[in-house]
Amino acid sequence: MSQQGYVATPPYSQAQAGMGAYPAGSNQHMYGHYGGPPQASFPPPAGSMKSPVSSSTPGMPPPPNHYNPNGQQNGSHPQSYPGAPAAPGAPAAPGAPAAPGAPAGYGHPLQSQYPSMGQQAPPPAKQLTNQMGAMNLGNYAPGPMQSPPTASPIAPQPFQPTPHPAMGQPPGPLGPHHPWGAGQCLVLQWQDLTCLVWACPTLDHLPQDPGASSSLVPDPIAQQATPRNQVSLGARWQGPDGRAQMAGGQMAGPQPGFPGAFPGPGMAGPPQKKLDPDSIPSPTQVIEDDQAKWGGQLYATNVRGQVPPLVTTDFTVQDQGNASPRFMRCTTSCLPCTADLAKQCQVPLAVIIKPFASLPENETPLYVVNHGETGPIRCNRCKAYMCPFMQFLDGGRRYQCGFCSCVNEVPVFYFQHLDHMGRRMDFYERPELSLGSYEFAATLDYCKNNKLANPPAYIFMIDVSFTNIKSGLVKLVCDELKTLLDNLPREDGAESSAVRVGFVTYNKILHFYNVKSSLAQPQMMVVSDTVEMFVPLLDGFLVSYPESRAVIHNLLEQIPDMFADTNESETVFAPVVQAGLEALKAAESSGKLFIFHSSIPTAEAPGKLKNRDDKKLINTDKEKTLFHPVKGLYEQLTKECVAQGCSVDLFLFPSQYLDLATMGHVPAHTGGSVYKYSNFQVETDGEHFLRDLRKDVEKSMGFDAIMRVRTSTGFRATDFLGAVYMSNTTDVEMAAVDCDKAVTVELKHDDALSEETGAFLQCALLYTTVGGQRRLRVHNLSLNCSAQLPELFKSCETDSLINFFAKTAYRAVLNQPLKSVKEILVSQTAHMLACYRKNCASPSAASQ
Amino acid sequence: MATFPEFISQNEERDGVRFSWNVWPSSRLEATRMVVPVAALFTPLREQPDLPPIQYEPVLCSRATCRAVLNPMCQVDYRAKLWACNFCYQRNQFPPTYAGISEVNQPAELLPQFSTIEYVVQRGPQMPLIFLYVVDTCMEDEDLQALKESLQMSLSLLPPTALVGLITFGRMVQVHELGCEGISKSYVFRGTKDLSAKQLQEMLGLTKPSASQGARGQQAQQQPLSNRFLQPVQKIDMNLTDLLGELQRDPWPVTQGKRPLRSLGVAMSIAVGLLECTFPNTGARIMTFIGGPATQGPGMVVGDELKTPIRSWHDIEKDNAKYMKKATKHYEALASRSSANGHIMDIYACALDQTGLLEMKCCCNHTGGYMVMADSFNTSLFKQTFQRVFTKDVQGSFKMAFAATLEIKTSREIKVSGAIGPCVSLNAKGPCVSENEVGTGGTCQWKMCGLDQSTTLALYFEVVNQHNAPIPQGGRGSLQFVTQYQHSSGQKRIRVTTTARNWADAQTQIQQIAASFDQEAAAILMARLAVQRAESEEGPDVLRWLDRQLIRLCQKFGDYHKDDPNSFRFSETFSLYPQFMFHLRRSPFLQVFNNSPDESSSYRHQFLRHDLTQALIMVQPVLYAYSFSGPPEPVLLDSSSILPDRILLMDTFFQILIYHGEMVAQWRKAGYQDMPEYENFRHLLQAPVDDAQELLHTRFPMPRYIDTEHGGSQARFLLSKVNPSQTHNNMYTWGQESGAPILTDDVSLQVFMDHLKKLAVSSAA
Repeated sequence: MSQQGYVATPPYSQAQAGMGAYPAGSNQHMYGHYGGPPQASFPPPAGSMKSPVSSSTPGMPPPPNHYNPNGQQNGSHPQSYPGAPAAPGAPAAPGAPAAPGAPAGYGHPLQSQYPSMGQQAPPPAKQLTNQMGAMNLGNYAPGPMQSPPTASPIAPQPFQPTPHPAMGQPPGPLGPHHPWGAGQCLVLQWQDLTCLVWACPTLDHLPQDPGASSSLVPDPIAQQATPRNQVSLGARWQGPDGRAQMAGGQMAGPQPGFPGAFPGPGMAGPPQKKLDPDSIPSPTQVIEDDQAKWGGQLYATNVRGQVPPLVTTDFTVQDQGNASPRFMRCTTSCLPCTADLAKQCQVPLAVIIKPFASLPENETPLYVVNHGETGPIRCNRCKAYMCPFMQFLDGGRRYQCGFCSCVNEVPVFYFQHLDHMGRRMDFYERPELSLGSYEFAATLDYCKNNKLANPPAYIFMIDVSFTNIKSGLVKLVCDELKTLLDNLPREDGAESSAVRVGFVTYNKILHFYNVKSSLAQPQMMVVSDTVEMFVPLLDGFLVSYPESRAVIHNLLEQIPDMFADTNESETVFAPVVQAGLEALKAAESSGKLFIFHSSIPTAEAPGKLKNRDDKKLINTDKEKTLFHPVKGLYEQLTKECVAQGCSVDLFLFPSQYLDLATMGHVPAHTGGSVYKYSNFQVETDGEHFLRDLRKDVEKSMGFDAIMRVRTSTGFRATDFLGAVYMSNTTDVEMAAVDCDKAVTVELKHDDALSEETGAFLQCALLYTTVGGQRRLRVHNLSLNCSAQLPELFKSCETDSLINFFAKTAYRAVLNQPLKSVKEILVSQTAHMLACYRKNCASPSAASQ
Repeated sequence: MATFPEFISQNEERDGVRFSWNVWPSSRLEATRMVVPVAALFTPLREQPDLPPIQYEPVLCSRATCRAVLNPMCQVDYRAKLWACNFCYQRNQFPPTYAGISEVNQPAELLPQFSTIEYVVQRGPQMPLIFLYVVDTCMEDEDLQALKESLQMSLSLLPPTALVGLITFGRMVQVHELGCEGISKSYVFRGTKDLSAKQLQEMLGLTKPSASQGARGQQAQQQPLSNRFLQPVQKIDMNLTDLLGELQRDPWPVTQGKRPLRSLGVAMSIAVGLLECTFPNTGARIMTFIGGPATQGPGMVVGDELKTPIRSWHDIEKDNAKYMKKATKHYEALASRSSANGHIMDIYACALDQTGLLEMKCCCNHTGGYMVMADSFNTSLFKQTFQRVFTKDVQGSFKMAFAATLEIKTSREIKVSGAIGPCVSLNAKGPCVSENEVGTGGTCQWKMCGLDQSTTLALYFEVVNQHNAPIPQGGRGSLQFVTQYQHSSGQKRIRVTTTARNWADAQTQIQQIAASFDQEAAAILMARLAVQRAESEEGPDVLRWLDRQLIRLCQKFGDYHKDDPNSFRFSETFSLYPQFMFHLRRSPFLQVFNNSPDESSSYRHQFLRHDLTQALIMVQPVLYAYSFSGPPEPVLLDSSSILPDRILLMDTFFQILIYHGEMVAQWRKAGYQDMPEYENFRHLLQAPVDDAQELLHTRFPMPRYIDTEHGGSQARFLLSKVNPSQTHNNMYTWGQESGAPILTDDVSLQVFMDHLKKLAVSSAA
């Protein structure tokens, strides 16, 4: 699996191949388009790089106006951006051929972006930043998904190419407009590590974006490009993304040594040129080494605070008391003992939790523990759930909570004698005593209104306005649903899916369909009152697919025809979400809305949006307003959706500005996803879209979830980043959570931690399964604590760090000018590395 | 013209008019002293088999303020081809088409026997009939099933070109699109939000044929007159039958202790709005079928908590009916929108409890719609009544007419003050409009959106001739009723009735005037006034007013010595009048005791629209006796008529009741009727049943049929109607033999009359 991370890039490198074609991988959906274009242009001409590098390097502070260069350089293709968005599907005409030139284009913008940096910030810093982007690319991308084999071969390439080839490239495919960019950002928030990789780049772009096509898109590449500039210096770091830094360490030996390999990071500063490129650790190498070490191996989680293999590595986890790294990863598996120390090293403390990570075939699914009526056993004081960190005392009659140290009585029915090691005799029979991750069957107390949950429902809401009909999308979706609905997620072992389905079509009014199995033909109910949305029917709207198959097929058959001659081009949006929400409310269940939408909702109705894509704001302090959703209705809607456990997935097929910043607000906080296919054409984008759709429909999920992270004394979870909704400071509410969603949790010290006891984390997630059962999923993780900085740095995981930075940066973008966000990012990284150099690196490496 | 009774009945036969006075006092002052106003009961579409519609248009008086129609009472100068209008005395030329007239070649409208004549107007398009069903789905399956069957049956009774539409409602309101292939479509509306016609039009996607409709005139009119929601029966017969068949009970759950949420107010509003924006000014029937009260949205009459019962008269008196005013306002607004567009609103309310007819009554009363109240849709009362709505005449057209306007022309000495009946004012001022309003007044034109052959208006007039300007001898007061309506065949027709009465000087010819008194008409005319008052005033006030009028009438026309009650005599033409008043005072139209507000509304609704004969039955039920002692005979509506060896048949219009006397009931129980030797007993038992069947078959709406016997619980219907001449207070003094005592404290007719006489002769009054 290894290089998956890279995989991302690879496709690009293969430019000609198919721009559109992503590695089937997983998460790339969203980015598809963005990433797409760039790829196109990405030239494989690895070899050539170096020289240009040197030339263009640091020194060349691009003129303020980055574009000029382009113009000149391009010469032949003066900024002929191929329709940006179209890129992927589009033969990317420009892209491929232009390839050679490409890099240049990117290179430029980059520099321009950071023009100031060169002077102000310590050089190293600058590079770092750049790297950041690149880093992500590396490791995480592939992350969890063990997918495509494609990886390895490609991996390397990206890097090499880095050196940026010729400059003149037209930024071409780049940067669509801002808004979209914003959209992208959103994504950041909720994607898991892997995705992040992709997303990260965006950060950079967003900012620049201005009319200039600049580097919006090019991100991935851009970063890569940068390195070049920085030359060796950068190279190292960037290498396999931040990984590299520690990576070095890891590679060398297991967790331990960072070989001196570590160049005193960027410290090298200006004298970059002197660096010897060959001595820079290659990220690829790091990944390959890790793969070699762990690939196919068994990784047992019995040791506290061990550093897991890279996310790019294909390994098998054996749960022996700590949650699999697939579920939880920390920025460092060794926490600094004190807040001071943490402050000194500047390494952010965070844990990335992906509670629903999918497990490979060969790993055991989570056990479900059922304590019957009494429900799970919990600490009386802190309410932590029974877990391996509970110490049984007094012959098994009492136990001490590992989190708050409270001593609790063991309930009579749960009593068990201890063995000679002080372990309960039934240690191996009880998952909650021996495993890091397991589930409890929840009792009525854990259900909404003390009523058993209903199985969730999927509602497909198709925009049947002129655009979608004409593009053939409606027909495509309807045809696909006929087969896709057979693959709805089901409970493990269940014969058929308990998920109920419902259908709505809309333009500026909504059409609900009664597809009760007893009907000879479907019934359409039109609701034109979009001001106060309501659900016109109860019985027959949400049905079991197998039962109503005939009627549903009949309906899906008819929908494209019914609206074939429509000329309605206006759409509504908020009422559509509202309708789905009301339907779920009426059915008293949680669920997910799949909305296939085409254009900015301009019809007279609540949630009407207007074009606020003001290019003048770009690069000003007000730029952030472009990323902000329109206040009011959508926020309210989000709140209601979360309360009902209604997740929203948006599939967008825009041909122009859409105000994604606003429309994305609901998905962004309800554990949904946004997929965007600009200028959608069935022939070119159809397959891409269908693949995304299939995956989205089929993936396993939990609904109406609420998560709580408990920690042992001395530190606590302070901040939560992800597609979540927080109504107070501790409960993370998620309308839905699927196998790709992760929450990044920031940790802060309250007090000193003890090296001896270490630190514990317990993440408990209460949710409804696709079968309608209420469950508690518990993940436990134990960490080391150390007063020694080297220990800390040794245990750092770059993947997680990047995830954290990216998410925080995204959040910051909404509140601060991009420039300052970038500066903060740079300086924090610089501090971190400086600290490393000061405390850990061998002095000899100065030049590196 | 021999006697007044003959004259009256002849006039009624021919013109459908009954006047309270058939000779009119010649001055305003005298007229007011008559106590009973000069007024008429007019049945515009009274069935007249020998009245062939004539196929040309009426000839109108040329004076712009008059426009009266040429009639037999006009003076015609055959030689000059001129005619003089008998209302304004304008002399008019005959139109060219009348060139050939002469004394022997008169057009029909000049023949005396055609004082009522009907013209068929050819111009204008033929409008289709429109029936819009508004169906409640919040009811028991059994009821719904019966209703569905009735509706499906009705489709087969409609002419193939009639347009039909379907709106169903429960918690939501659904407007069904008809004739969809492959999928059934409906537009759904929230039951809590009222919509204006314009909003509705937008939401249903109904854009008017074109803004230039007026300009294009004919062309636009030629377009197929239908849309997605209202389509010809022939086209969507099957589709609609299936749709009705698939109707389900409202699927929204109803928790225990709650009423189902029923959006009746909005459903009716949508129905009105739909027709308003698609077929304004065309005859149409909105037939609403409801199984309970509106419980949400505008027009709700009761909350959905079962623990709070629907308002009773008691609550209303205590001002404790919190939804009533608002709901009434809502339905009044609907009624006025609907009547403005000429659309009829029928309400078929079938439920054991009240359904809010009190609030909705104006919908029926203003538009001439039917109000039918039954216990369940699964009763023959509903089924047959509904079926009878679609009764056809010999020509095969429905006996209903649409979008009618009635205009009244009067000669100078008399003006019209108002009308009471199923109509609304068109606010047409004119020279014949009196300043004093009675009922719906201030106009000489009324709109009657729906009418049938028994629909009757009470019209009140005022003699305006001044006392000092005597009318020349032989002068007659003329009235002309011009009724334009849409015949159920789609034709536009005009029926013109012209009638005239003699003037008489009340001081010199009082005897003549007294002799022309039509006590039946007068009773009903006064009753309509009283009922009208009862809608807005307190019950006792109305009774007091009625009593005072009666006393004054007795004083004026009675023959007596002052302060000597025993000397009081009333002439024959007045003799029954006090008795009518006695029964009217006890009737459900003025007494609300023992009736729910809905029942009262329903009774009053019927009373205000039916013709004189039927109204009389309502006021004073008819009682027939069947016994071995002779052929069936009408007997007094008195407790003394209840004898053990009699079978009684009572017809109150609303109920047909057969009552077996004590002895007859015992015989029947013993099974004598089955013994061959007592065949005559079997015949006796059968006779009233046969007669009852006959009544049942002709009556609309269907009466409740009750078969009971002495001591039976339903005998109460009889006992509450008869004059309580024997009560527990006086029965012993009356001897044991005759009659059955009524346990009541109500006064009997005898007591009533005694008091009346005393007051009439009293010089103090």
